[in-house]
Amino acid sequence: MSLELIDGINKIHTLLTDNIEATWVSLIEYVLVGLGFLTLYALIALFLIIFERKICAYFQCRLGPNRVGPWGIFQVIADMVKILTKEIIPLKHNDKLLYYAAPFIVIMGSLLTFGGLQFAEGVYGVDFNVGVFYLLAVSSISIIGVMLAGWSSNNKYSLIGAMRSGAQVISFELSACLSMMAIVILGGSMNLSALMAAQEDAWFIFQSPFTWVALVIYLIAAHAETNRGPFDLPEAESELTAGYHVEYSGITFGFFYVAEYCNLFINAAIGTLVFLGGWQALHIPGCEGFNAVMDAIPSYIWMFGKTLVLIFLSLWVRWTFPRLRIDQLLHLEWKIMLPFSLANILLMAIWVIYFK
Amino acid sequence: MEFITANNIIFALLSVIVLGCGLLSVLTEKLMHAAFYLFLTLVGVAGLYLQMSYDFLAAAQLSVYAGGILMLFIFAIVLVHRIGENSEHVRMGKKARAGFAALCGIAVVLCTMFLFGNFSEDPSTDQFTETVNMELIGCTLLGTGKHQYLLPFEATGILLLACIIGALVIANKEKEDKE
Repeated sequence: MSLELIDGINKIHTLLTDNIEATWVSLIEYVLVGLGFLTLYALIALFLIIFERKICAYFQCRLGPNRVGPWGIFQVIADMVKILTKEIIPLKHNDKLLYYAAPFIVIMGSLLTFGGLQFAEGVYGVDFNVGVFYLLAVSSISIIGVMLAGWSSNNKYSLIGAMRSGAQVISFELSACLSMMAIVILGGSMNLSALMAAQEDAWFIFQSPFTWVALVIYLIAAHAETNRGPFDLPEAESELTAGYHVEYSGITFGFFYVAEYCNLFINAAIGTLVFLGGWQALHIPGCEGFNAVMDAIPSYIWMFGKTLVLIFLSLWVRWTFPRLRIDQLLHLEWKIMLPFSLANILLMAIWVIYFK
Repeated sequence: MEFITANNIIFALLSVIVLGCGLLSVLTEKLMHAAFYLFLTLVGVAGLYLQMSYDFLAAAQLSVYAGGILMLFIFAIVLVHRIGENSEHVRMGKKARAGFAALCGIAVVLCTMFLFGNFSEDPSTDQFTETVNMELIGCTLLGTGKHQYLLPFEATGILLLACIIGALVIANKEKEDKE
């Protein structure tokens, strides 16, 4: 499909260049690409919402949504229409500008990440020279939206939630970045295409034992960055009602909700690209027949399949473990994961020098 | 009509964001609004870097300034009770001095632009398309040769470490006082 997609895009490009002036062609194409990413963003969020509801239902021995459509898969469409038509309740004593701008910053932070991701062989927005760094940099923006939302709501619950969220995300970003740096050492590049090429024979997890350490650290840190259980103390229902988005209603809440699910996808996708070979098929060096069979599976299925596995892991953790306290959380990050990831970088460098 | 290229239109949009939000962040009276506008300015500047395909600087701008330093500002504003609500009134003399400093800055920028700038070249063609290699940046930062920056890098590292240790000592001192 990835080739067909590229063909289709080329057809649109020639159609535009034949009819319109070159200046406007590139502008229209920028807008089209942006719209494409936005659509993908919304579709992924919709899919993940129903995915999580079903998975969580099975973990809790329930059926989950099962009325609208087969297995209730259209429930999420109904919910979307409902949230779009809901009233946005205005608040009296709050900071209007920041209150309404905050959801957009959260969305912007995660949408910008889409530009640097690779979805299949040759399907990506921009192939940045510093791809991994770009992804890490851009994903650190949305926390500003969370802080602004919590502050501008003028509600002590939302403010406490935002402060917790800020402390948590900033702390765990460190471990996520450091664990990826170990892979940058192994792959010898920050460019995602170069990293993909380096994983053609064997994914990075099969190239070095220290990748496993990095993968575990990354999964924990990325999970904590999405503010989901067992790290969901920024929005702990029993203490803070809903944390930083307690005052939001209608689609303004919907933005936070959608961004949460897209961040789940983005974290899993980055993990897949950096650790699990991205869109590369599973190859065993020397087994020609096996490799040929694996190559027959399209690259986008590999990419989204592996991403779904990581998302499933994340959901499994979310619906299984009890919530941590804030001091336990910070202890976990600063006293356990950070030293481990620093040591891991050192060991990885030694491994690359002597065994690779 | 040659002037209206896609590159120039995007540059104009970004400039409007950068300049407009920069002005607003100085002129607004609410501190949190100033931080928000500053954030938009920083993101706009990162956009300008991206347009020049200087990816590393754009990513560094986003992660260090927009993600890091601005977060620090916001934390400080949130933690301090009613900061900026009864700030001192700025006197005329101070305003005049600030205006003079701003004018000097503008003069320096304009002089540099008109003395060394090359306005005839089309920015979309050659000078911006060159990407800077990440390896080059790494070697330059951590090399000991000519035009390489290991010593400043290490000095910055030690300075930051000293800051962290100092902050820890201060934080622990308050705790001891309470006990």
